[in-house]
Amino acid sequence: MIPEFASNLLSFLPEWMQATTWYGVVALVLFVSIILMMAFLTLIERRVIGAIQARIGPNRVGFKGIGQPFADVIKLLVKEIIIPSNANKLLFVVAPLLALIPALCTWAVVPFAPNFTVADINAGLLYILALTSAGIYGVILAGWAANSKYAFLGAMRAAAQMVAYEIAMGFALVGVVMAAGSLNLGEIIEAQSGGHFSYFFWWLLPLFFVYFISGIAETNRAPFDVVEGESEIVAGFHVEYSGMAFAVFFVAEYVNMILISALTSIFFFGGWLSPFESWTWLPGWLRAPSFIWLFIKVWFFLFCFLWFRATFPRYRYDQIMRLGWKVFIPITLVWILVEGILWYYQVGPWAAA
Amino acid sequence: MFDNFGMQAAAAEIFLIATICVVLLVDVFLSDSKRWITYALSLLTLAGCAWMTLSYGVNERVSAFSGMYVADPMGDVLKLFSYATVAVSFIYARDYLQRRALFKGEYFVLGLVALLGIMVMISAGNLLTVYLGVELLSLSLYAMVAFDRESTVAAESAMKYFVLGAIASGMLLYGFSIMYGIAGTLQLDELAVELRSVESPIGLVFALVFIIAGVAFKFGAVPFHMWVPDVYHGAPTPVTLFIGAAPKISSFVLAVRVLAEGLDSLVANWQDMLIVISVLSMAIGNIVAIAQTNLKRMLAYSTVSHVGFILLGILAGTNDGYRAAMYYTFAYVIMSVGSFGMILLLAREGFEADRIDDFRGLNRKSPWFAAVMLMLMFSTAGVPPFIGFWAKVEVIAAVLDVGLAWLAALAVLFSVIGAFYYLRVVKVMYFDEPTDTVDIQAGGTLRAVLSLNGLAVLVLGIVPSVLIDLCVRALP
Amino acid sequence: MPGIGKRMTLTSILFYAFSAVLVVAALGVITARNPVHAALFLVLAFVNSAVLWLLMEAEFLAIVLVLVYVGAVMVLFLFVVMMLDINVAQMREGFTRYAPLGIIVALLVVIEIASVVWVKRLGVDTTTAVPAAAPEGYSNTQALGELLYTHYLYPFELAAMLLLLAIIAAISLTMRKRRGFKQQDVAAQVAVRPQDRIRIVKMAPEKDA
Repeated sequence: MIPEFASNLLSFLPEWMQATTWYGVVALVLFVSIILMMAFLTLIERRVIGAIQARIGPNRVGFKGIGQPFADVIKLLVKEIIIPSNANKLLFVVAPLLALIPALCTWAVVPFAPNFTVADINAGLLYILALTSAGIYGVILAGWAANSKYAFLGAMRAAAQMVAYEIAMGFALVGVVMAAGSLNLGEIIEAQSGGHFSYFFWWLLPLFFVYFISGIAETNRAPFDVVEGESEIVAGFHVEYSGMAFAVFFVAEYVNMILISALTSIFFFGGWLSPFESWTWLPGWLRAPSFIWLFIKVWFFLFCFLWFRATFPRYRYDQIMRLGWKVFIPITLVWILVEGILWYYQVGPWAAA
Repeated sequence: MFDNFGMQAAAAEIFLIATICVVLLVDVFLSDSKRWITYALSLLTLAGCAWMTLSYGVNERVSAFSGMYVADPMGDVLKLFSYATVAVSFIYARDYLQRRALFKGEYFVLGLVALLGIMVMISAGNLLTVYLGVELLSLSLYAMVAFDRESTVAAESAMKYFVLGAIASGMLLYGFSIMYGIAGTLQLDELAVELRSVESPIGLVFALVFIIAGVAFKFGAVPFHMWVPDVYHGAPTPVTLFIGAAPKISSFVLAVRVLAEGLDSLVANWQDMLIVISVLSMAIGNIVAIAQTNLKRMLAYSTVSHVGFILLGILAGTNDGYRAAMYYTFAYVIMSVGSFGMILLLAREGFEADRIDDFRGLNRKSPWFAAVMLMLMFSTAGVPPFIGFWAKVEVIAAVLDVGLAWLAALAVLFSVIGAFYYLRVVKVMYFDEPTDTVDIQAGGTLRAVLSLNGLAVLVLGIVPSVLIDLCVRALP
Repeated sequence: MPGIGKRMTLTSILFYAFSAVLVVAALGVITARNPVHAALFLVLAFVNSAVLWLLMEAEFLAIVLVLVYVGAVMVLFLFVVMMLDINVAQMREGFTRYAPLGIIVALLVVIEIASVVWVKRLGVDTTTAVPAAAPEGYSNTQALGELLYTHYLYPFELAAMLLLLAIIAAISLTMRKRRGFKQQDVAAQVAVRPQDRIRIVKMAPEKDA
């Protein structure tokens, strides 16, 4: 459970506290790195979209604007948090936390490198599904507690949209589970090691698209951002939030983006596996699995998030619902059937097993 | 590659599920003018089920799916009878539904799923499957009652039915879970063995109260009968017909499977409870029915009283008793289908024919159908030589056999009281003047089947041995 | 698995802590004046019972409880409750009138249950040993899956049928043609041809007057 160096280092503590301390430290490190990643993601987003739209983006604070996220944080920290007088105060304050906590908790089961997962549990995939679905409460409660029509409309949209896309997402993952024969994320990655075509992406292509697009919808990012659609309902569920309370929603959204990217890489692109694994003429370090590969894949998908935001116009609400219920769910169901047939005739990466 | 769990025993159920999916899919692609295809497919499904049940019929108890499923001769007989009942209900319903723009595929699909629920209950070997069967049946019935979206009465009665039904299902489930806590098994045959060795029955009685309440609700027995008149009255007549027919078979089998097979050793306890329920049902059902002017409501109370009689057979706790109850159930279903069929026959555009006054002077308009209604009413009242008479004789004999003479006397008394309101319908038909001169508009199939239905009441009454032999073969 | 021995283990402390929250949350469900609060208390109760399941090493049930009830059912529930403007005062109008009857019934039930529990503890053997912890590498999810698709295959399939029935019932009750209801038919939009939209009219050139 605890690596040896850690237990030596913490040997002055009683046994049960050793584990608690170790996991506490790991969680803290993880938390800080994710928050940092998220902070720079906001900067990169503005620069990338700037580039796509042929403008510069923030480049004043620090070298090439590298200090911009910190400036933003300071600005938000010193801003006043306004609580509307008719709001439900407790829920209004709790809502941002309810959005952020599940987003962060999910990282516990994500495998970053071979044999490095904070909590390597059997039903990891279910755990992720459960926690991401619990993240809706932050949005719904924020919309309701603020006692504002715009916020409430945003909350209603969020509830319907997330439930719809969660089903498509869950079905897409059923395909992954079928392919890997396990709910453990580490084992799902292992199942994709081997030849050129062993990434599930090749075999579950429709499921991959459904999953990633549903992921975008789940995180309420463009083009599915009707939850906050500023042209219709001002800023949707967080219209009444300001300062740090708003920032927490913001953090939750970006952490979720990173999470979806990480999960897409893990489920369909072999996570920490090297893409050059089977090219035997390459040097060994390029073929070995490592955290770097996961990092690159995650950033690729994050780039896709930004790319889509800069490219696509926003969906209309009824079209979002139609896409979720009438297109994605049938696609996943059909592909699960196809996969079952492939599995039965042992065609695909699962053939060896 | 696969263990087939003795699947062939459940061939009829599997066939039914498969065809339900087919009907559902086909129906999506049909235009309203081609809706008869759904109807025909549903009837074909029933025929197919019957064929499956006949060709996989068993002579002794066979269990499948690790004991969850039980096939026995009683089950086969009951299933065949259910198919026939559902088929007749569909045939009667057709004209009415078409005239009121309710002729939709969902009606038949819901009916078939209800039938699946009945079949599951008939073949239940485990409390879990019993419960699933109950839910499959009740959920489809709730939806069927609310099927006419334009009718507020139907919506209201569906709501009542749903809320009360959910509570009843909850009670049933609560009783089952206490039972599981005590015996450590949900398997009915194991339960029967386990319960014999339980020393203190108080916990069991506690569970039993909940189970009986649940069963009594599904039967519609007093004091859990409140939903019956409202639902019978509020639902569209074809749905009332449906509810009044096949589900009664399932209620009977629910009582037999759970009480007689699983809780066999507690017979002394549940007998007392059933006596109270049975007497109350016969009393309230028969007396309140007298005051009704709406025929559907009157038949609802009549159902309550008939349930009291069915329970008489069950509470005897003997094989003869169960057989008598089964016979009574068959007889009741035939009569009930016929009576509601008569309402459907007379109904036309904008006219429900569900008041007793609507039957005025039927003899002038159609002597033959007045005669059919006469036979049905006489039979329901228990007048010889119709089938209803023999059914009453059988249950009363079963009660006498176990030494409950006072109960038998009460039963006779209440059936005499009950005869009054059935005869009133007959009086209205033959001695009152008709209020309008509109002819019967129903189609040929309905007329033919309904005539057969009326004749069956008479023929099976003159030759009672046909059905009785069937019951004997089912419960040897 | 509450601490049966004298020693309070970490597990039993957790058990009591979460059970306490669970009971408080459950009470909150029925006492909260605001229906949204009641629904939220229910969510809290679900989460706590999920934790209790985790303590019993039933991780699959725990996660599924959160996934299904917290993640889906309660969200839709909140969706509906928030949209309804329920007037609590109006709902409680008849309260004082029916209160005496209600109290009598409640007392009767309490007495009944108490007497049953008091007399014989329902005939249940309450001295069951604490079940042994599952061996290393035991997967609760896998075990459940294997059981569901073998021993409980029949009820499992029937439950699936029940869900199908619920879908059919819901659709047949809610989806009906309403007048004035505008709907976009994408298939029709895609299948449209130029001829459907514009008519090219050939006219003879007008004569110069």
